[in-house]
Amino acid sequence: MLETYGFVGLFIIVTLGFAAIMILLPVALRFLKVVPHHPTSVKNATFECGMETIGKTWVQFNFRYYFYALLFVALDVLVVFIYPWATQIRQLGYSGLFVIAAFMGIVLVGYLYAWKKGALEWN
Amino acid sequence: MFTGIENAFVNLPQALKADWPGNVWWHWVIFTLIAIVFFLGSVIMFIFMERRVLAKMQARIGPNRIGPFGLLQAIADAVKVLTKENITPSNADKIVFWLAPAIVFAPVLMVFAVVPFANGAVLADLNIGILYAIAIGSLSTIGVFMAGWSSSNKYSTLGAMRMVAAVISYEMPIVLTFATIIVLTGSMSLNDIVIAQGKYWFIFSQPLGFFLAFVAGCAEINRSPFDLMEADSEIVAGFHTEYSGMKFAMFYLGEYGEAVVMSTIIATLFLGGWQGPFLPPFVWLIGKIFFVFFLMIWTRTTLPRVRIDQLMKLAWKFLFPLALINLFATGLEVLTFPNGLPWYFIPVNFGIGVVLVLLWSRLYKVGWGRIEIQ
Repeated sequence: MLETYGFVGLFIIVTLGFAAIMILLPVALRFLKVVPHHPTSVKNATFECGMETIGKTWVQFNFRYYFYALLFVALDVLVVFIYPWATQIRQLGYSGLFVIAAFMGIVLVGYLYAWKKGALEWN
Repeated sequence: MFTGIENAFVNLPQALKADWPGNVWWHWVIFTLIAIVFFLGSVIMFIFMERRVLAKMQARIGPNRIGPFGLLQAIADAVKVLTKENITPSNADKIVFWLAPAIVFAPVLMVFAVVPFANGAVLADLNIGILYAIAIGSLSTIGVFMAGWSSSNKYSTLGAMRMVAAVISYEMPIVLTFATIIVLTGSMSLNDIVIAQGKYWFIFSQPLGFFLAFVAGCAEINRSPFDLMEADSEIVAGFHTEYSGMKFAMFYLGEYGEAVVMSTIIATLFLGGWQGPFLPPFVWLIGKIFFVFFLMIWTRTTLPRVRIDQLMKLAWKFLFPLALINLFATGLEVLTFPNGLPWYFIPVNFGIGVVLVLLWSRLYKVGWGRIEIQ
């Protein structure tokens, strides 16, 4: 069984190498004068449909993204616990279903609270 | 003649079993090559198919000059993009800027390590196959955010933010739907899941699950109508505004690669993967992948782009509760009939799905060209 993980590990190395070659190929071709390279200050400026950029780029982002991130973390942990139960559902039987439903209920109280509070709205 | 070919395809995976001494390395080499060639081939075919089908649906012709029917258009584009100048913005974060395309592209290819092309014909038949596919598939999001942040462009940052928000929201329903399939089969290995669909495909016993997985999958890979991260009318081109040349091509490849991955996983989980009569297994798999992708193109031509608030509400108020209910309903059914569901659960589940979707649709208010959620 462990050797299949070895296959996956080697495959990951191959894919990373593949991606690296794809990125470095134009760099190599630039030295062979196939890919042009004539940077100017206007060409390297930030592209905003012809307008010049005003102010800094890394501005504060919308606060609402935090709500979704927090909800995601809470519910994703829940889902991680569901997977082992799902594989063993026949052995665990009704008691397993009841336990996971109770566990889910505790987390879902928070979900319903967020819904009622309007944290799922984008207004 | 025909049976000979079929036997060759049936016996090949057995002959290349990983536990056959001395053949471990050949197994790895052959299936690595198959996975990479399959991935690149299907991406090229997907790009061609998307452009041609889109054109047909919009009463245009589409690319038809290079190669027969324009089949080689994607290759010509690749050569063009390879010889273009690489522009790095002067105030970009250089290292992250160069690293981002690789991190978007590599995980997409990694997922093909666990996809079975025939019974046992898989690079690594992991016993956590589906978990591996979800976990690795989500890694591309990090690359997209790196690209958006390092470009030093407000539109790129906005696009990347939207992408991350959409992907983490739609992660929930899709993961819960996959858990439903695991409840049915009791195994996370993709090969076991396909074998379990010998009698009937899971799209029949899980119509609601297929619907949820398809909608959430479309959003997860940012296909229209959920392609807010590169909404051309609002933010120039989203996270890859500043990219050019080969790095842009890698984002393009990664995007279509994600479409291939999502179609493959949906085809494997719901449409029976390599199962099917008469034809060799891998032909069935490829046919199903292209069928799922055709549905995605169809959705793209039919529906207009959603707003960001609608996108979030659809994930959290529609798909997530339905996926939870579906999971527990399936759990109860499986516990009531531990030796396989009887046939009459196909219409029952279909009814449950239709009723739930209709009930939840009452949350939506449609009128005057606007769709709101109460």
